[in-house]
This record gives sequence, C-alpha cells and structure tokens, in this order.
Amino acid sequence: MNEPPAPPTVRPARSGREPGAGERRGNMSMPPVSPRHLAWPLPGGSEWSFEQIERYHSEIARVAERYGLDTFPNQIEIISAEQMMDAYASNGLPVGYTHWSFGKRFLATEQHYRRGQMGLAYEIVINSNPCIAYLMEENTLAMQALVIAHACYGHNSFFKGNYLFRTWTQPDAIIDYLVFARRYVAECEQRYGAVEVEQTLDACHALSNLGVDRYKRPQKRSLAKEQALQREREELMQLQVNDLWRTLPLKKHADLPAGERAFPSEPQENLLYFIEKNAPMLKPWQREIVRIVRKMSQYFYPQRQTQVMNEGWATFWHYTILQTMYDDGLLADNVMMEILHSHTNAITQPGFDSPAYSGINPYALGFAMYRDIRRICESPTPEDKRWFPDVAGSNWTETLQFAMRNFKDESFIAQFLSPKLMREFRLFCIVDDDHAGALRVDAIHDDAGYRAVRDALSRQYALSEREPNLQITSVDISGDRSLTLRHFRHNRQPLAGTYKEVMNYLATLWGFTVRLESVNDDGSIESTHECRVEKRAGQRGDAIAWTLPEAFRQHD
Amino acid sequence: MSAVIIDRRRNVRHKSAVNQQRFLRRYRALVREAVARSIAERKIAEADRDASISIPSRGLHEPVFSHGSGGKRELVLPGNKEYVAGDELQRPSGGGGQGQGGRGSPDGEGEDTFHFHLSREEFLDFFFEDMALPNLTKTQLTAIPQSKRVTGGFRTDGSPSNMSVVRTLRGALARRLALSGSSRARLREIDEELEKIDAEDPPDEERRAELLAERAAVQAAIARVPYVDSFDLRYRNRITQPREIAQAVMFCVMDVSGSMDEQRKDLAKRFFILLHLFLQRHYERIEIVFIRHHTSAQVVDEEQFFHSTESGGTVVSTALELTVAEIDAHFPLDQWNVYVAQASDGDNWGDDSPRCRELLETQLLPRVQYFAYVEVNDGQTQNLWDQYEEASAAHANMALGQVRERSDIFPVLRELFAKKAD
Repeated sequence: MNEPPAPPTVRPARSGREPGAGERRGNMSMPPVSPRHLAWPLPGGSEWSFEQIERYHSEIARVAERYGLDTFPNQIEIISAEQMMDAYASNGLPVGYTHWSFGKRFLATEQHYRRGQMGLAYEIVINSNPCIAYLMEENTLAMQALVIAHACYGHNSFFKGNYLFRTWTQPDAIIDYLVFARRYVAECEQRYGAVEVEQTLDACHALSNLGVDRYKRPQKRSLAKEQALQREREELMQLQVNDLWRTLPLKKHADLPAGERAFPSEPQENLLYFIEKNAPMLKPWQREIVRIVRKMSQYFYPQRQTQVMNEGWATFWHYTILQTMYDDGLLADNVMMEILHSHTNAITQPGFDSPAYSGINPYALGFAMYRDIRRICESPTPEDKRWFPDVAGSNWTETLQFAMRNFKDESFIAQFLSPKLMREFRLFCIVDDDHAGALRVDAIHDDAGYRAVRDALSRQYALSEREPNLQITSVDISGDRSLTLRHFRHNRQPLAGTYKEVMNYLATLWGFTVRLESVNDDGSIESTHECRVEKRAGQRGDAIAWTLPEAFRQHD
Repeated sequence: MSAVIIDRRRNVRHKSAVNQQRFLRRYRALVREAVARSIAERKIAEADRDASISIPSRGLHEPVFSHGSGGKRELVLPGNKEYVAGDELQRPSGGGGQGQGGRGSPDGEGEDTFHFHLSREEFLDFFFEDMALPNLTKTQLTAIPQSKRVTGGFRTDGSPSNMSVVRTLRGALARRLALSGSSRARLREIDEELEKIDAEDPPDEERRAELLAERAAVQAAIARVPYVDSFDLRYRNRITQPREIAQAVMFCVMDVSGSMDEQRKDLAKRFFILLHLFLQRHYERIEIVFIRHHTSAQVVDEEQFFHSTESGGTVVSTALELTVAEIDAHFPLDQWNVYVAQASDGDNWGDDSPRCRELLETQLLPRVQYFAYVEVNDGQTQNLWDQYEEASAAHANMALGQVRERSDIFPVLRELFAKKAD
C-alpha cells in the first residue's frame, strides 16, 4: 500500500508542540506578529496565572532569540517558599543525598527567613538539560517575568556557552547522577549504619574543595567506551606476559635509593581522587562515597569560578530583554517600575566604609562590565580605543558572546575591566602586610593605578589565590604508610586554625598517619602538624583504632 | 523556544526533614541543653510552643582548609573617597582585611551561636526526653486535642453506612404520595363511573371498555412511581464540635525558702509544666494560681514565683490554708475542677506537719480533683513526707514522689495519666 505523504500543512503544528524540539524555533502557536504592532501590554499585578506566565515566557523567548541567546530547553517549575528553602539547603539541587549539614543549612535559612532578615532568592536555576528553573509562588507577575528572563535565558545560556561549564559539567547526566548518589548513600546507610556513612561524608566534605581536577580535562567518554578501553588494556597486558621474565633474578627494591621509589611520582592536587584510588584502608563503598563527593565538587567547580560573569550575564540579559519588551510596548509602566526597583536593589554596590558593605557585589560588577563592553562596542571614547582596540566599535552581541564563552572571573576582569568602570566603582587596592605597621594604599583608580587595581581584582577572583595550595607530595610506602601533605605558602599566608580538624578527617580517610608540611616563599620546608594513627596492639591489621576527630565523639 | 511549565507546589514538602533530623540527632546534647534553658525562661502555660533555639556554633562548623590571617595580602575595595596611592592607614581593630568573605553566609556561621527553629513537636520531644516519659504519654501530650464528632442533621449524600433508613423511607413515602396523587384521584373517579355504568341497564359497553383501558393505564402510571428513588436517600450528618467547655484551676504551691536553690526550682517547674500539659489535654480553659510560701504564704505572679528567694524557716500549713481560702473565694467547685501541685524540699517546722495532714484530709482533698506532691530532695525524706504518705494511702486522689532528677518527675503523675488516658 502506498501511503500518500502527509500534507505539509500539519508539520509546523506538530513539531512546534514537541518540547525542546529545535531550540531556535519560536512557539508555533503564536502568530508571527511584529512586536511594534502589539498595542496591548502584557498583564501586571501581584496575582499570576499559568497562562500569564506562559504569555510572558513566549514574549521573553522571542526577544532572547532576537539577541541570539542559545539555551538549553527550559523547564519552569513553580514551587512554594518552603520548597525553595529545601532547594536552598541542598545547594539548589533537586535531589541530594542525606547529610546533617543540609539540615543545618535548612534550619539556618528558615530562621533567617522567619525573622525577615533575608528574603529568599527569587529563583534557583539548575545547570541541567533541560535547564530547570524554580519560580517561587509568592512572586508577583512582574517578578516572575524578571526571573524567567534572568534564569531561563541569562543563566541558561551561560551554562550552555561558557567553556568551563562545557568542559566540566554534563548537564544531560547530572540529575541521573544525583539520583544515583542519593540511592547509593541511602543503601550504604542501611548496610553499614548511618553513623559510619556520616563520618565518611564529613571527612569528604572537609576536603571537597580539594577534590577537583584543576588542569586535567575530563575525558569525554561513555561508560561503554571506558569499559572497552579497560578490557583492551587488560588484553594487552595479558599478551605481553612472558613467562621467561619470571626466571630472571629479582632486583631487590629496597636497594634502590629512596628518591626513586617516590610515590606519588608527581605531587597530587586532587586529594579526594588520590584517596579514592590509593587509600589503603578504605572499603569499596567508602571509595564510592569519596567519588560521589568528588564528582559533586567538580560539578560546582565552574560555578565557583564564574560568579561575577554568571550573575552579571544573567542580570545584563534580564535587564536588556525586559527593557526591549518595554520599548516595544509590551510592558505596562507599573510592571516595568517594579522590575526596575528589584533590579536596582540587586545591583547596589555600597562603598567599603558603608555599614551595608559585604564585599564586592558580583551582580553589580558583572552587570556593569557587560554594559560597559556594550558601550565600548557602540560608542567608544578615545580612552576605550586605546585600552580595547579590538573591542571598540565591534558588534556588541558578538563581543559579549565571545566574552561569555571564553573566560572565567579572573581572566574576564583582567581582560575587560575598563578604566571608566574602575573610576565609577572608585576601586582602590590596599596591601595588608603583617610585617608593616599599617595598611598601605597600593593603587587607586588613576592612570598610574588602573593596571595594578585591575590585576589585583583579577587575582582576588582567582581560586588559586583564594584557596590555599595543598598537594600530596609523598607516601611512605615501604615504611609506616604515612602521607605527607605540603602547603605551599603564598606571601607567607598561613592556614586558618581549622586545618587541624581537616587533617584529622584526612587521617580517617587515609587510615595511617598524615603529616602537614609548609613550604615558605624562600623554598624552606617546615613540618607543621602531624596526625598520628596508631595500630592498637593485639588487633588485626584491618581493625585500626583511629584517632577520631572531636566532632565524631559528639555522637556518643 | 518552548518551555515546560510545571506546578510543583503540590509536591512533597519538607524534603530536607530527614536532614534536619540528622542535624538534631548529631547535636542532641547541645539542643537538649538549649531546650532546658528555654524551659527555664518560659511561663508554665507557654511550655508547649515552638521555639527559637540557639546553640554554640563552635562545635558545628564544617572545617575546610582556608587562609588564616597573617602574611601579606592585597584587597581591592570599592568606594574610594580620599585615598591616593602611597597613603597609609591604621588597621581597623579586630584584624585587618577581614571585610572579605563574610558575604551573605546563609548558614549563619561566623556568629558565636547558631539559631534555629524547633517546631512544637520537636520541642516537646526534647523536653520529654530527659523526663523519661512513656511513649504513649508522649503521644497523648504532643497530639493537638481533637474536637469531637457528633451527629447533626441529615444530608443527601454520604457513605452507605451512615444512611438513615427511617428518614429515607419517610421521604420516599411522601414522594410516592405526591407523585401518584392525581393518578389515584383519577382512579377513584374511574371506579365510581364504572360502578355507575354497571348499575345502568343496559350498560354502556363502549364507555366501559374505554374506562377499563384508562384504568389500566392509570394503574400502570402509579406502579411506575419508584418505591425508593436515589433522591430519597438521607444520610446522618456528622459535624465537628469543639470539646465540652470545661475549666480547671491549677494551684502551684512551692516552698521558696532559702534551701530551694535554682536547680530544685527547675525540677519543680518541670513538674508543674507536665501537669499543665496534662490539663491542657482535658480542659478548655485553665487558670494557674501561684502560691509561694516560707513561714507565710502569698499569691504571686509567675515571675515572682520562680525568681525570688526568701530566707527563713518553713511553715507549709500556711500555704495549704491559703489554697483552701483561694478556692472558696474564687473557684466555686460546681464550676471549676481544682488541681493542686505542691513542690517542696520537705523541710517543715516540726509541729506543723501533723497540722498539714489534717488540713489536707479534712479541707483540701475533698475539694480537689487531684493533689500531687513532689519532694525535691536528694537526701532522706523529711517529716512532711511521712505525714503525706499516710494521707496518700487513705485517699485515691493524691500522689506523691521524691524527685532527684528529671526522670523522677513522671512517675509521680503516672497514676493520674493512667486514669485519665481515655
């Protein structure tokens, strides 16, 4: 039977209804109207309905597409304030394994919220595909519009475009992995006891910031391919087995000088990875938990490096999109006023001497920088042309996309912070040297200081400067199996006092004595701390009496 | 670009409840201390409220490796007004360069105490825990009192088990009468006419056949009216009614002589709270009267009751006399249920104890629903105890016990709870 081809007229309607089909395609159910001819504004008011949100969304999507924002498909979820606090407590993730620290965060959030000390975040957005954005039911319609523009098109396009996110996160797999982690931890709790699991998780959490690969790119391999490779290696090894080698007299390892048997052969920066692979005493399930924490930490690693860029990008786009809609006559004055009121609050930057000061506001700095880049593209001053010859006068959307895709906070600031912005923020750099009697103003927002201030601010956002540099340098594999962690001091900065507790955690994971050494700026090494784990006499080797960290004892 | 909009508000709330439980379990000891502190600050009638609790945050931080203060560091700040490069400025007190990093930490770290909220149930759970209450009693006290359900009128829908047969059939009968009334009137007319026709000679056969046909039709119409139709059904309606209005007065009698120290008062307070919680379950309205005594007794407010110390000897009978006087003056027994809770360290002026027993047996016990006495004392029982013990043996509505620690409190009231637990 010859089926006649389907008439072409039904095609658009069908494909338009598929969620996420063709991200660049507009909503087909909307008639293609030129925006300037829409005489009626979108509804406003404090009450919203799903239809209204949908109308707003389709308008926002249209404007975003006009500006060429490339996003994952959106999934907008309306939740209550309490659910928002839940999401808050688990770092914004919709599923999470069970741990007391999340409960602590929830209780703290709830308390702040009750007292009115803190408004809840209007939105939480998850770097997944489809991109999930939470909208709070208490928001007014105008706020929902703001949040949709901010999260569903701002953050979403950042997640999809920025190189760090592209390299390090797998938005297609994250939710599945979260579900796996939750189930796995729950299963471990049933089998091995909640307290056991909690102790392992506590120890891993203490080291989670040091559980990331900073330089080694992940391999984009599927599980099947990974397993195939592993089999291939095994076969190769098998092929090379030559029984003759066995007959050769063994060279005594102990004869080798200590330097040649150094393990690890190179210092290791990813502590959790090293522990997962090498800790002698860990049980298999503990290794898997180490791995889960390590994976989560790696997942959040790009976010920690792109605070200013990410928030600035989202803020820039909600502002630009909604302003465009207002200019097109889509937003009523009162709606726009409410949006601007909220927007202005978000981008306030109090001065350092104001009681409201609490660091540089990433929304304010990021928003100002993207606006400034646009300004330099559209109407550059002679100063801009001197500082940014390749940016001045270029197409602003392309330049902005380039900036968003290829930088992280430190390089973004080093590359794009303009003298004009430093003057506007009145940025200045002070040096706090404990050898000097007073703080010294190193540079301010003037010709002599622009570069110094910009470099200092860039360094301020570099994770390598914000966090201490710690590496595993050696393990005494032929002796007491003790592990040595080396702290490379920068500018004589010591570790905060909590390091002793963290060392205890490290010791519980490693199972043997761990030592901390500090390397001073002049290269000298001093031993700072030792956390001994001793075998109790009369016990088998696998039953080790740890020196338990203080925190664990509170259980009893 | 299409988006999926999902309403998640109906989804499970309180996803992190289990995490909160973990947190509370981990810091159980600290939370219990905080609850104890909170109890000390509360009024008796407000004991079962949710609470803001603060525990020292030192023990619950999550340590990580981070930079400590010291060394050389740079800091870029906004809002320069007057500085130029090379200026020197004094370190702000409390260490320079601390302005960074404290930004909006939502977990409340950096303060000395960690504040959070306990719900009423959680709070009571902690409160009961060290008083060693039986689980059943805990549940009874924690549960919010239900109003009772009574029948009230009838309704047209409901479950079959609530159907009222009498009402339903009465309605059906009325409907049958109403619907078939005209038909039956017509039937009677037809029958009369038929009789007439039968009486005629000769009968009008044609008319007769016509009437018989109509008669059959009318009878069929009557038969068609259903015996019971679905809209005849009536169900008993059940409405919720608030509990019966009943009121109780609780007399808290306490020895405030010098020997009652803070710790003993705390035990006494818990005893009063527990009794109050019990009464709350059973009475709509509860008044509390505080009577303190040393050598003389007086009625005071709660603040003075717990927080002022008198020195000197102890004459317990004055308090009992005052209680009786108060009952007679303000709480007529036909309107009030009277409960008396007495706490003392057992010290009494030697000659006074027999008088107390006499007062108790002749005056007080006939007036009250229940009299509970605790001796907050970790040594030997005193002379008052012996007298009370004898009285207690003779009267069912009296209980007494010696309390050394919190878990001793409940057994004193056990009998009361057992009796009233319905």
